[in-house]
Amino acid sequence: MENVIKVGMADLNVAVSPFVLTTLGLGSCVGVCLYDSITKVAGMAHIMLPYSVQNKGEINPAKYADTGITLLIEEMAKKGAMKSRLIAKLAGGAQMFQFKQENDIIKIGQKNIQACKEMLEKFNIKIVAEDTGGNFGRTIELSAVDGKLQIKTIGFGVKHI
Amino acid sequence: MPIGIDELNTNQLDVLREIGNIGAGNAVTALAKMLNKRVDMAVPKIKILNFKDIPDILGNSEALIAGILLGVTGDLKGNILFVLDLASAHVLVNILMGRQDLSQESEFNEIEVSALKEMGNILAGSYLSALSMLTNLNILPSVPDLCVDMAGAILSVPAIGFGSVGETVLYIETQFTDGAEKVAGEFFLIPDVDSYDILLKALGVIG
Repeated sequence: MENVIKVGMADLNVAVSPFVLTTLGLGSCVGVCLYDSITKVAGMAHIMLPYSVQNKGEINPAKYADTGITLLIEEMAKKGAMKSRLIAKLAGGAQMFQFKQENDIIKIGQKNIQACKEMLEKFNIKIVAEDTGGNFGRTIELSAVDGKLQIKTIGFGVKHI
Repeated sequence: MPIGIDELNTNQLDVLREIGNIGAGNAVTALAKMLNKRVDMAVPKIKILNFKDIPDILGNSEALIAGILLGVTGDLKGNILFVLDLASAHVLVNILMGRQDLSQESEFNEIEVSALKEMGNILAGSYLSALSMLTNLNILPSVPDLCVDMAGAILSVPAIGFGSVGETVLYIETQFTDGAEKVAGEFFLIPDVDSYDILLKALGVIG
C-alpha cells in the first residue's frame, strides 16, 4: 500500500488523511498514537525507553517517552494539529520473556507504559483506548482518516481500538 | 558514564570478536559431545548494527522467530539472547532429538520447547564460561525462557538493552551444521548499563 508510512524502532512520524502510520513487531516498546480528528493529523512514536535522563549526552529524542512524546506533539502541530484536541491510544509494552527474578530489561514494558502515561497526563492528553501488556508482539496501524488503531498479533488475530 | 558500543575502536572490537570465537567454539564442542556426533561451525562474525536495522536481521519485523533468553548474574549482570529463524529452530530440535522429521510448523510441543531451552542453556553456558575464564569474572546463567513471536518484538529486547547506552547493538552470528542441515543463529550478550564498564575493563579493552 502506497498510503502507508512506516515508523521504525525509536522513530516517530506524522501523517495526514488519507495516510496510515504503521510500526511492525512492537514488543516491550510502546506505540504512542496521537490524533486530531478535526484536522485529521495523526502521529505515531515507537518508544523504547522511559526517560532520557538515564542516558548520557547525545540522544535520539524519539527513543524515550519524555522527549519522544514532546517532539511528536511539536511535529504534529507543524502539520496543523492542535494540542488541546489531541487524543491518545497506546499499544505494546509487552513482557516477551517470563522470569521470576528481578530483571530490568525484562520489566521494561511496564515502565515504558507508565512513563508514556505520565507524559500524556502532563500534556493533558486523554488516553481513549489502549492495548498494552501481555507477552506477545503487536503490529499496529493508525489511520489518519478516522484515528482508528488496528492491532495485529500472531496468536490473537486482528482488532481495532 | 558507561561507554557505548559505538565508541569502541577496531582493537577493542577484535577482543570482543575473539571472545565470540572462543565462546561459540566451546558451545559447539559441548553440543557435539552431547550428541556424540560431529558438528561443524563456521567462524562466528561479530556484527554491529544500528538498532533500527535489528528487527530485520532474520528476515522482516513480522517474521516468526524463536528466542531463548537467559539472565546473567554474578560479577556481570544482564541477559544473553539466542535467536533463530523458525526453520533453523526446527532443524536444531531434530538434530537434538535425533530424528529426520521435516515438520516446519510454527508450534513447538512441550518436549521440543524443552529441547530448545536446553540448547540455549548449552550455548549460552559455554559462551559465558569462555567469557568468565578470559575475564576472571564470576558469571552465571539463569534458567532460560523461550519465546516464539514476531522478530521485531523479540529483537526489541537486545535493542532496548543496548539502547540505554548508545544507538547500536553488538551481536555474534554463528552457523553450525551436522553435515546435512545448517543452523544459523544470532547471539546477543546484553550487559546491564552498569556492567558495560566491568566487562570492558575486565577484558582490558578500557583502562
